Amino acid sequence: MNVFDIVGPVMIGPSSSHTAGAVRIGYVTGLLLGKPAVKAEIHLHGSFAKTYKGHGTDKALIAGILGMMPDDERIRNSPLLAEEAGLAVTIIPDSIPGAHPNTARIILTSAEGGQVSVQGSSIGGGNIVINQINGLPVEFSGQSDTLIILHRDIAGVIAEVSQYLGERGINISNFRLSRSEKGGIAIMTIEVDGKVEPFMNEHISGMPNILRSIALRLH
Amino acid sequence: MDFHYDTLEQLLEAARRENCKLSSLVLLQQAKEMECTPQSIFDRMEHQYDVMTQAVQKGLEPGVRSNSGLTGGDANRLANQINGQKHLCGDLFTGALARAMAVAEINAAMGCIVAAPTAGSCGILPAAVITMQQEKSISKKECIMSLFTASAVGMVIAKNACLSGAQGGCQAECGSAGAMAAAAIVELAGGTPDMIGHAVAIAIKNTLGLVCDPVAGLVEIPCIKRNASGVSNAFVAAELALSGIKSAIPADETIIAMKNVGDSMHTSLKETGEGGLAATPTGKRIFQQLFGTDGAKGGQSI
Repeated sequence: MNVFDIVGPVMIGPSSSHTAGAVRIGYVTGLLLGKPAVKAEIHLHGSFAKTYKGHGTDKALIAGILGMMPDDERIRNSPLLAEEAGLAVTIIPDSIPGAHPNTARIILTSAEGGQVSVQGSSIGGGNIVINQINGLPVEFSGQSDTLIILHRDIAGVIAEVSQYLGERGINISNFRLSRSEKGGIAIMTIEVDGKVEPFMNEHISGMPNILRSIALRLH
Repeated sequence: MDFHYDTLEQLLEAARRENCKLSSLVLLQQAKEMECTPQSIFDRMEHQYDVMTQAVQKGLEPGVRSNSGLTGGDANRLANQINGQKHLCGDLFTGALARAMAVAEINAAMGCIVAAPTAGSCGILPAAVITMQQEKSISKKECIMSLFTASAVGMVIAKNACLSGAQGGCQAECGSAGAMAAAAIVELAGGTPDMIGHAVAIAIKNTLGLVCDPVAGLVEIPCIKRNASGVSNAFVAAELALSGIKSAIPADETIIAMKNVGDSMHTSLKETGEGGLAATPTGKRIFQQLFGTDGAKGGQSI
């Protein structure tokens, strides 16, 4: 904890959980799609579903998908900006069994037909936890540098990534693997102590059997 | 000058020992902790202060309206009262009320604010410090420095109690913001470390037990007006402490009391939108107007 946790963050109101946190969930989803989205299907659960209009949660999520951060003054105009960018948005108040009260599930589609589905919860103070990517359970907050790597479930892939990071002095503070089935698609989430430089992420993206790698930091 | 933020007394003792302002000690300690220069920490705090100042300016103008349509324009009403010299309480006090509501209304209108310590209580600290700059001609630099003193108080509260309405009720949000603001005001007015301690204690005592009961779960009713009340509490506490009035209960003990009161507070009074003003006939009607009859509760907001 430091002084900027107390006098901060700088954010667009009205609610750190319903607005600032929502921007971050949208941001992670947009980053995972990796290309401009043309279609967004947003399912809202719990308090998000009930109060999204008053808190501007919908605007916040859309803003995040468009790549904005929680202090961006354009958040309140995001539906219009989405329209201009050719992004069609559907908001669906829903119920997701067992989810945290402030949860959104976003399904994004790109012009090329690429798709990503992300479920995240806003857990207070603008902090978030991403719970699911493409239906697979994950758990990361983006508070430290995080690599999210979609890869084929083949022997040696994890070792290659961790060895590469280790050789560059990057210490892994948290590691999680999730897979749909043996030999299918798996997701590694790797939280680290130091800083993941863009070139490191590019190198990992180019490794064999890696489908997609993104480096994330939200704070 | 190695110190933690476990107790306020420990911080005040360090300031007495070093015979310097608490804010200077906190700035140096934070620079060390975050492994960067004091200047870079100061610059970052200056950015927070500039965002606060812009929020005050925008919020005082006419035409502010919240996303839900429930609130807005009240800070401008107060500003008009001051401009027309019709205000009751004097430029400093009414000015502070107007500034607190201005920032809180900007927050509700999806404008840019600094959570201090939360979005719901974001008007109190800026109103206190910017009022000292504008009405008492304190330099901007000193005002920015006073935010370090306020932050230190906030960190001690965060360590020993909490800062969120969902955990501790409104006493944890507007109450803590009032205590932080009181500390900043005392430092800006030239008060001693002891006076800061008493001001914090008095501010917390005055809001002990305040519940978090947002109508329809939104950060608007009663949150915006509680920002006005919060900054008034900060000036009350600072004025008393600066006069040499002491709190019988030390600040650190009032913080523990706040924690215990928060723990024993019923869940319906901790940001669930189920109790207090949210549960009044009018509160329920507003909820239904905005969100329909679906669901019995208004949800939570932090």
